[in-house]
Amino acid sequence: MGLIEKVFSLLGPAIHTDWGVHPADRKRPAADSPVRGLPLPERLHVPLQQHIGAAARPIMLVGQTVLKGQLIAEAQGATSAAVHAPTSGIVTAIGDISAPHPSGLSFSAVTIESDGADRWADTGASVDPFSLPPQEIARRVAAAGVVGLGGATFPSALKLGLGLRAKIHTLILNGGECEPYLSCDDRLMRDCATEIVDGIRIMLHATGATRALVGIEDNKPEAIASMTAAAHDFPDIKVRSVPARYPMGSEKHLFSELTGQEVPADGRTTDLGALVHNVGTAWAVHEALRQGRPLVERLVTLNGGALERPGNIRVPIGTLVEDVLAFAGLRSEPARLVMGGPMMGNRLPHARVPVVKGTSGILALTAAEAASLEPGPCIRCSTCVRACPVGLLPLEMSARIGVDDLNGAVALGLKDCIACGCCSYVCPSRIPLVHYFNHAKGELAAQGRAQLRNEAAKRLAAARIERLAREAQEKTAAAARRKAERAAQKAAEKAAAEAAQQAAQPAAEETTT
Amino acid sequence: MSGESLSLAMPTASPHAHAGGSVTRVMARVMLALLPATLYGFWLYGWPAFHLFMFTIMFALFGEAFALRLMRRPAMPVLLDGSALLTGWLLALSLPPWAPWWIGAVGGLFATLVAKQLFGGLGQNLFNPAMVARVALLISFPVPMTLWIAPLPLGSVGAPGFVAGLQITLAAANTVPQLDAVASASLLGFAKTELSRGIDLLHAAANAPVLSWVGARAGSLGETAALLIAGGGVALILMGIISWHIPVAMLAGIALPAFIGHAVDPARYLDVATHLLSGAAMLCAFFIATDYVTSPNTRLGQLVFGMGCGLLTWLIRTYGGYPEGVAFAVLLMNALTPAIDRLVKPRIYGRDRKGKPLEPPEAAT
Repeated sequence: MGLIEKVFSLLGPAIHTDWGVHPADRKRPAADSPVRGLPLPERLHVPLQQHIGAAARPIMLVGQTVLKGQLIAEAQGATSAAVHAPTSGIVTAIGDISAPHPSGLSFSAVTIESDGADRWADTGASVDPFSLPPQEIARRVAAAGVVGLGGATFPSALKLGLGLRAKIHTLILNGGECEPYLSCDDRLMRDCATEIVDGIRIMLHATGATRALVGIEDNKPEAIASMTAAAHDFPDIKVRSVPARYPMGSEKHLFSELTGQEVPADGRTTDLGALVHNVGTAWAVHEALRQGRPLVERLVTLNGGALERPGNIRVPIGTLVEDVLAFAGLRSEPARLVMGGPMMGNRLPHARVPVVKGTSGILALTAAEAASLEPGPCIRCSTCVRACPVGLLPLEMSARIGVDDLNGAVALGLKDCIACGCCSYVCPSRIPLVHYFNHAKGELAAQGRAQLRNEAAKRLAAARIERLAREAQEKTAAAARRKAERAAQKAAEKAAAEAAQQAAQPAAEETTT
Repeated sequence: MSGESLSLAMPTASPHAHAGGSVTRVMARVMLALLPATLYGFWLYGWPAFHLFMFTIMFALFGEAFALRLMRRPAMPVLLDGSALLTGWLLALSLPPWAPWWIGAVGGLFATLVAKQLFGGLGQNLFNPAMVARVALLISFPVPMTLWIAPLPLGSVGAPGFVAGLQITLAAANTVPQLDAVASASLLGFAKTELSRGIDLLHAAANAPVLSWVGARAGSLGETAALLIAGGGVALILMGIISWHIPVAMLAGIALPAFIGHAVDPARYLDVATHLLSGAAMLCAFFIATDYVTSPNTRLGQLVFGMGCGLLTWLIRTYGGYPEGVAFAVLLMNALTPAIDRLVKPRIYGRDRKGKPLEPPEAAT
């Protein structure tokens, strides 16, 4: 075994270089049509949970009037993000609405009835962000409710703060947008390159990084040109073209492509001095710092064969998907609605769900576009092995999970799976491999929680037994002590009585003699 | 738009796109690649070859359907995936073209019923079903399995017609004299016989069957048209159905020892071209060793596997008791496939080959 491994290690340290897949990108014509603004909807349902972490706590009462950009829910806990009113109007309800998730479970949202004026709240005097200390920039980014706009929606301020602590030297801007159909980042880079570059400079200042690398897939030449032009005057910002390949937008893969380094398993890019942010996030940081504007709207790609007018649309957060679809026009009843890209996006239970900060796209797919899965048996063709960008054996992992051998799947690297979906995408037997892996990860997490619960219960039970034993011991000890005391008392009394008797006896003897 | 109709649909997980391949399409392309060699074989050996081919495939399909019926599972969708058809096809290509019908029938049934469905059906079998069936036939019925005929192309003098061909295939007993008239040794068989008689290959060469590059010589359907088979294999590589690793490694595994042996002692060892163009070397390298189910799932593992198939083939041909060793070689390497897959795994991103996390580089730039 040792020898064999040595021979293999001679064959080079690289994993197969042809990782990933090349799906038809279907980004055009949507990417090429100019951005349109959505007419202001009558009602917005602004969810309190639009980010990774704890839900924001509403600070509004029903009936209150709000202005656009006004704080309506504040961050709660260490990992959370603030939520602001996307337009001016009246808070008409704070209640439940369906989440943009296949389960259709509901979550809390603040409903705002628009007054049609779309009046901004006072955004404060603009300051030069470079005169502010880095911590203050992170604080303002947090106050603006900025989260990662690539889809993960991790609160951006936390990441900037992490950058300060972890000694970051490189800021990586993710303009990969490797998901098919989506073009919102492409469009943003074409139209708002100056603002993005300004945001990057502010982020450089906030993190203390010395250079920024912007990675853009080579299927977006217009975006590369416009970003290169905007970054021309800033030698610390480099725009790099990377090959179009899914999942190039994966944090670790883009990092490796740009730096040639590999992030150790269980580690993060920050361990190697690099912080990865989405280009959309840089734009949001610019808006927050230069305009004082919180994140209340975003660019959303509307695409799919069932749409009349696909394209990129500026949508206020909290707009219902059905309003957006009505604006784009439906050519036919969509066979499937997806929020996000087709590779990792969520299928929507229906169209009455709100657009959130992480909504990069809304896809209305026809039956021909949406992959139908009628899984057959695995023929071990190992196409999935070659597609996997992480170097896993999806077919072996799914075989383990199929017989509930989760530990076997973990031994094969289940925890390194990034859930990109390449394996399912290429599988000729149409086995929903990545679905199995997500299920197994969820199951393992649940088992972990159950184990923690069990251990806690065990600790409590052990503590109780110990306490009872101690109490019983104390009781018997106390009883013994009391008994001893009583005995001692009795003995003392007896002794006293005897002494008294003895004392009385000689007297009696004296008297009798 | 109506939310109801969407919410009633089955829950569906991402990805919502698919590359478009299917098992049926893979099988269909493999069969398409086999078609030129098969048609050429029909022409070369006439109607009996066609009839045997049909019998073999029909019984292979029947075996599959019967097994599914026993398991009370619908047979049609499984039959339509094309895997049983392909198994029967490959088996038929490896049989003596004028073998009696029951050879094809027993082989076809054995392939799908025993070698495939008993193991759990498509994807579960450890050994290549066509090769298991071929070896079972060879061991059980050595005489009809080694009775080769010289080519008798359709339309040539003495070639049996459709009905006469069917009689040859169906009524084996009556056709033995007829078979004797055209029986011939395959090249590998001839070499083995001569060597065992103590005659070296240089002296035997004068009487040896001609090694024909266009395949006009005794052999199975998949043997004679070695170049058409190789052409089909290259087409499969170009279509991305198979990769070059197993075929190239296997052919190299045969060619290297053959080259060395022949250079050292041409009287004892056959030359490279004879090895590569004879027997089922090409058929196996491109169509049988590359069977997804029974070959390793990494490129490196496939190279090891192919090399093993080639070396074992040469060893069995040169030193073994049988003139042809491809089927045995493939089966032996099939048995090693799980071990190869255990040892040869792709390196996981961020980990070394042993699965330990990489060391973070000190003082990164």
